[in-house]
Amino acid sequence: MDLEELLGIVEKEKAARKPSCIRCCMAAGCMSSKAAEIKESIQQAVSEKDMSSQVEVRRVGCMGSCGQGPMVGVEPGGLLYQHVTPENAPSIVDALAGGTAQAELGDPKHPFFSRQTFVVCANSGRIDPERIEDYIESGGYATLHHVLFEMQPPQVTDAVLRSGLRGRGGAGYPTGLKWGTVAKSSGTRKFVICNGDEGDPGAFMDRSVLESDPHRVLEGMAIAGYAVGASEAFIYVRAEYPLAVSRLQTAIRQAKKRGLLGTGIFESTFNFDIELRIGAGAFVCGEETALMASVEGKRGQPHPRPPFPAESGLWGHPTLINNVETFANVAPILQQGPEWYASLGTEKSKGTKVFSLTGKIRNNGLIEVPIGITIREIVEELGGGAPDGAKVKAVQTGGPSGGCIPATHFDTPVDYESLVKLGSIMGSGGMVVMDEHTNMVDVARFYMQFCMEESCGKCIPCRAGTVQMYNLLTKIVERRGTLKDLDQLEELCDLVKHTSLCGLGQTAPNPVLSTLRYFRNEYLELLQTE
Amino acid sequence: MKVTRPPLPSPDKRWKIVDAKMRRLGYKAHALIETLHTVQESFGYLDEEALHFLAGALRVPPSKVYGVATFYNFFSLKPQGVHTCVVCLGTACYVKGADKVLAAIEKKAGIKSGETTSDKQLSLLTARCIGACAIGPTVIYDGVVAGHQTPEQAVAKIKGGLAHGP
Repeated sequence: MDLEELLGIVEKEKAARKPSCIRCCMAAGCMSSKAAEIKESIQQAVSEKDMSSQVEVRRVGCMGSCGQGPMVGVEPGGLLYQHVTPENAPSIVDALAGGTAQAELGDPKHPFFSRQTFVVCANSGRIDPERIEDYIESGGYATLHHVLFEMQPPQVTDAVLRSGLRGRGGAGYPTGLKWGTVAKSSGTRKFVICNGDEGDPGAFMDRSVLESDPHRVLEGMAIAGYAVGASEAFIYVRAEYPLAVSRLQTAIRQAKKRGLLGTGIFESTFNFDIELRIGAGAFVCGEETALMASVEGKRGQPHPRPPFPAESGLWGHPTLINNVETFANVAPILQQGPEWYASLGTEKSKGTKVFSLTGKIRNNGLIEVPIGITIREIVEELGGGAPDGAKVKAVQTGGPSGGCIPATHFDTPVDYESLVKLGSIMGSGGMVVMDEHTNMVDVARFYMQFCMEESCGKCIPCRAGTVQMYNLLTKIVERRGTLKDLDQLEELCDLVKHTSLCGLGQTAPNPVLSTLRYFRNEYLELLQTE
Repeated sequence: MKVTRPPLPSPDKRWKIVDAKMRRLGYKAHALIETLHTVQESFGYLDEEALHFLAGALRVPPSKVYGVATFYNFFSLKPQGVHTCVVCLGTACYVKGADKVLAAIEKKAGIKSGETTSDKQLSLLTARCIGACAIGPTVIYDGVVAGHQTPEQAVAKIKGGLAHGP
């Protein structure tokens, strides 16, 4: 493959486009509500009406409003149908021929859509994730070509640094700095790892990106490999995401076949191979050192840092680990320039962030917003508030490592620093909304049970501490607790937070600490009076 | 030095699939988790014979193979029932009442999560989060995800799969 060939594919694809396009969401959410049957029935209606030369029926990835799914989009016109069924799907084709559609029409002008800014999800819901040609037509792999032939590796790292991109896995470490460290590490063999072990319950951003636009992640990884001097890579995905796994397998195979991965990419001297590794259900493997142990085929137990993976990672070689969403940002940054990216977001947190908005909220789904938007805007405008007129009480961000933010703080901008100040974290992007009927002590206990069961058992504070904290929380939830138990719980939180080996233990007390901070009265109400 | 690898445990063709996986990964120790996945996909669970075979073929101590197989939630050392029912207990599903769905299924089937009915018809499992949060509570019946589940729907569904069950 050379540039001419790449541009040839773009031309050919553009020429083959038909005047109308019916896009059927086939990401995991809609797939579980008969999306495959819906596409089949639309396809059949198109051929029956002899409209095949006019209408393309395309499989696409996530359109965002998963809670209203299955979704079907129609171009031109930008119509969006929701809650489509295999029965009313053919009427969508009728509507194109001048008839009326029986399917429920959504509102594409709703703030849920209009307030979003698409960078990572630019292709989601538009291109067919199982066709590399679709990705190439949208400008895909052209950035990789540009980087390989027009830029030196330090320039690439510098551009990423200037963009202000920070790790989207949750910790927010500047991506450019990390790349720089790996690039400077000595060693002839280096690795790139993409962390797709999205373990936070209530978060599905990475699943959606991998299912909707897998090539974007692969291209980002290849650019990273060129920048840091690595030619081998792994992408680690949870076993709970079978569709993401299969689409990635397809994408890797297609890219290899086209010479966009493998040996001599674009007929240059750059080699880059990506292998898929499938997780086996261990939350701790989202921690980078545990993840590397798992790639090596071992138990996913973390080890102390330093040494950091950038110096001594996979099999002792310098390793760059970034999250799925981080890699998905790379190609747009290099294509449109770091200055463009840095113009989005806040002073310290640049760009956009993808969130999965779920729980007690009207508009469930996936959103991509500029960093710095307030929680209120997300919950009330995009999310439409709690269903059934209930009052939203809190938003949980960051999963088991994060905390609950009460409604009184909803005017806080969503960025790395502001959320930490509130006792939570940005995390990977899960936002679970809780309403007045949610018992916050029970929520804290839910997360503690999660951490207790997922603790790998290597260090004592986490292994034993989470069990004791869970027992205390159970005692309180069951109204058997006393003030003394509450004191002991707080003491344990402090101990586990400061003495655990890895992030899992260090952050396990966060849900308890944040609910104690904002909803202490709920704990006190449950205590026994002596 | 010529390395001798243990023979396949039986002429069962599924072992050839397992062997092909190990060959593709060069019979390296790091192939262990990938191969365990293949064994479980092919046989439904990991038995002692499989663990010993993998230990020999990949030259990983049996204790380590056992350690890995028991560390990860996804691997099962016991055969599963004819039908499986996985209740997602992710946060979003939980706040929407997944705990009640699970309790209803447990009551109906007479088993706890992680167990299989005595007639080997149904295995009840829970998942950490399957990432279909927007349509929660979700339950996976025999590999098919169903969204917006109520306790009543779930009970009706497993009754179908348990026609001859408890």
